[in-house]
Amino acid sequence: MKKELTRRKPFMSHAGGLFFVLPSIITVIIFVYGMIAWTFNVSLTNKNSVSVKKLEYVGIKNYTDLIHDERFTHSLSNLVKFTVVFMLGTLITGFIMALLLERGIKGEGFFRSFYLYPMAISFIAMGTVFNWLLNSARGKEAGGLNLALQKIGLGFLQNDWYVSEKGAMYSMAIPAVWQMSGYVLALFLAGFRGIPDDMREAARVDGATEIQIYRHVLFPQLTPTLLTVLIILGHVSMKIFDLIIGINGKSYVTQVVAVYMWESTFDQHNYAKGTAIAVVLLIMVAVVVVPYLRYTNKQEAYR
Amino acid sequence: MHKSSFRLVAAAAAIALAVTGCSSGSDSANKDTKFEIFTWWSSGGEAAGLQGMIDVYTAQNPNTEFINAAVAGGAGVNAKAVLTSRLEANDPPDSFQAHAGMELDGYVKTGKLEDLTSLYASEGWDKVFPADLIKTLTVDGKIYSVPVNIHRANVLWWNPATATKAGITAAPATLDEFFADLEKFKKAGVTGLALAGKGDWAIAHLLDWMLLASMGADKFEGLYKGTTSWTGPEVAAGIKNFQKALSYGNKGAGNLDWPDAGKLVTSGKAGFFIMGDWASAQWQSDGLKLGTDYTFAAAPGTVGTYQWLSDSFTLPVGAQHRDGAIAWLKVCGSLEGQDAFNPKKGSIAVRTDSDLTKYDDYLKSAAADWSKDRLVGSTVHGVNGNNALMAAYNAAVGKYFSGGAKDNAGLATGLAAAYEAGKA
Repeated sequence: MKKELTRRKPFMSHAGGLFFVLPSIITVIIFVYGMIAWTFNVSLTNKNSVSVKKLEYVGIKNYTDLIHDERFTHSLSNLVKFTVVFMLGTLITGFIMALLLERGIKGEGFFRSFYLYPMAISFIAMGTVFNWLLNSARGKEAGGLNLALQKIGLGFLQNDWYVSEKGAMYSMAIPAVWQMSGYVLALFLAGFRGIPDDMREAARVDGATEIQIYRHVLFPQLTPTLLTVLIILGHVSMKIFDLIIGINGKSYVTQVVAVYMWESTFDQHNYAKGTAIAVVLLIMVAVVVVPYLRYTNKQEAYR
Repeated sequence: MHKSSFRLVAAAAAIALAVTGCSSGSDSANKDTKFEIFTWWSSGGEAAGLQGMIDVYTAQNPNTEFINAAVAGGAGVNAKAVLTSRLEANDPPDSFQAHAGMELDGYVKTGKLEDLTSLYASEGWDKVFPADLIKTLTVDGKIYSVPVNIHRANVLWWNPATATKAGITAAPATLDEFFADLEKFKKAGVTGLALAGKGDWAIAHLLDWMLLASMGADKFEGLYKGTTSWTGPEVAAGIKNFQKALSYGNKGAGNLDWPDAGKLVTSGKAGFFIMGDWASAQWQSDGLKLGTDYTFAAAPGTVGTYQWLSDSFTLPVGAQHRDGAIAWLKVCGSLEGQDAFNPKKGSIAVRTDSDLTKYDDYLKSAAADWSKDRLVGSTVHGVNGNNALMAAYNAAVGKYFSGGAKDNAGLATGLAAAYEAGKA
């Protein structure tokens, strides 16, 4: 009797656990993987407008068309510009802030949440605010950031921001950097805290200077954190949509891939093209995220 | 955003309710107990006007519960996405709002809409709606929507005080006079033309007018029939004029939506503004007075031509409450319904027999033009081309404008490509 119970218990808890996660497994299968499959399926058809009567499979035609679609390449190059400035900007500001807080200054808790707060704001709300802040008017008409720059005597830095032809996407990255750098700060700070104090002590005993300690002892330990940060920023950046819409609507000059996908699908009713863009976007994000997931899974298993 | 998703849920709930309602087979009387329409009129004068029409409907159909599935969002951007998904799922509302004209093209081609031609004959609309309009609405001998209002796209707005300051005494009737006046504004130290670049469509609106003004109504309509070439000399000349007009525009137009650009004019910072006549409705709700704070004329080069756009309602195939929908469409086309809706919305009635005492001075003048002018559709607002054409048209203009308005040939090619995209 007793033996039977002990034998059955692991099975029961196993089945019970499965039973509890089953609803989420089913919904994820349908609404994530099922929808991905459906999207991919549509992207292979000729459903290029609402007036298509006979659905046919056209292979990868919609994908090859994208290569020659000037608007797609435009949105892709916009996305690359945005991603580079956003990732570098966030990484550098976040890291510097983490360095400053890492020394255990007074009121660290306050600063930590102070810098993390922008993350609590949704991209769309922030887009609306930065739509005003990044106003391109100068001189007497100036408002927002341009006015602030004037007031602090940095008037020469006044800019056209997202209205300028060349720099539009770079200025779009400013609000994103502002929002996400606090998050990077938190991640790096956690990274620093994860390093045992003994290591610093040992280095000091060996006669290393503070700079050497950072350079050779602490920074190498932060590599996994850096990887995490890059992955998170990378996929946030590639999927960027709401911030762009919030600041500049669907204007051509700042269109990114996700915005063009929306326009193709819901404005042009070109479902095949829209889904093809969606699949390309998914692959781009997957290229970034999947190796990372495999890496962390291995790490977990190793532990 | 949150609001619209809430509305979506509400709409979904409404459909669930509507499905349980019964549908009757009788053809004359409306026995439906429920009826659902889909619009993007959810605030301001639009919502008030719609309510006026709903009141007429419920008075005539006391046993039908009216369900208004309005989805908020500028010019129906969000609503169109929701509507698209419902039509794709073969779960249409009983009637939905759309711009009259080619915007409905895709739905017509796939047989998603019922032919309403017989309704035009039985209600006598074929006689009270202008013939030019009926011609534009007819696709292969059939009409698929009932227009409730008419807006005018080619209107020139300005502030009388600013014009006096610049020494302008009369409205410019031709493009030459228009450019001469822009020069006068410039000399007086005022920005000549107010531009709104956000979202690209207001600049495209300006180009649409400029092409019409430069080549005349017949050639302009030819652009959408394939008889005028997009890469020919007429369009090139039009784009050149467009480029010249843009050079008098305000700086930082890319930051502005049309109400912001309109404020430049009413506050005396800019001279002229080319915008549809919804500007008048907006300014009146802001408390401004026609005649003192702002005034209007037919846009230069297009005097005697009425470039129109219209909101209309349809009857989707497979509507749950077909009788209720037909009763609604009858209200939409009726004198009572149109005169209840339009004075509040700030547009004129489609019917040429409406009671003008209910309308303000601008609308009275517009209604007088409506019954005598040559009628031409607006491209940017869905009359001349379908959604694919409009999206590509706006993007081509956005590219040109954000690129500093230099690449005229590129714009012509982009517009030609937009026209081709609309054929698909």
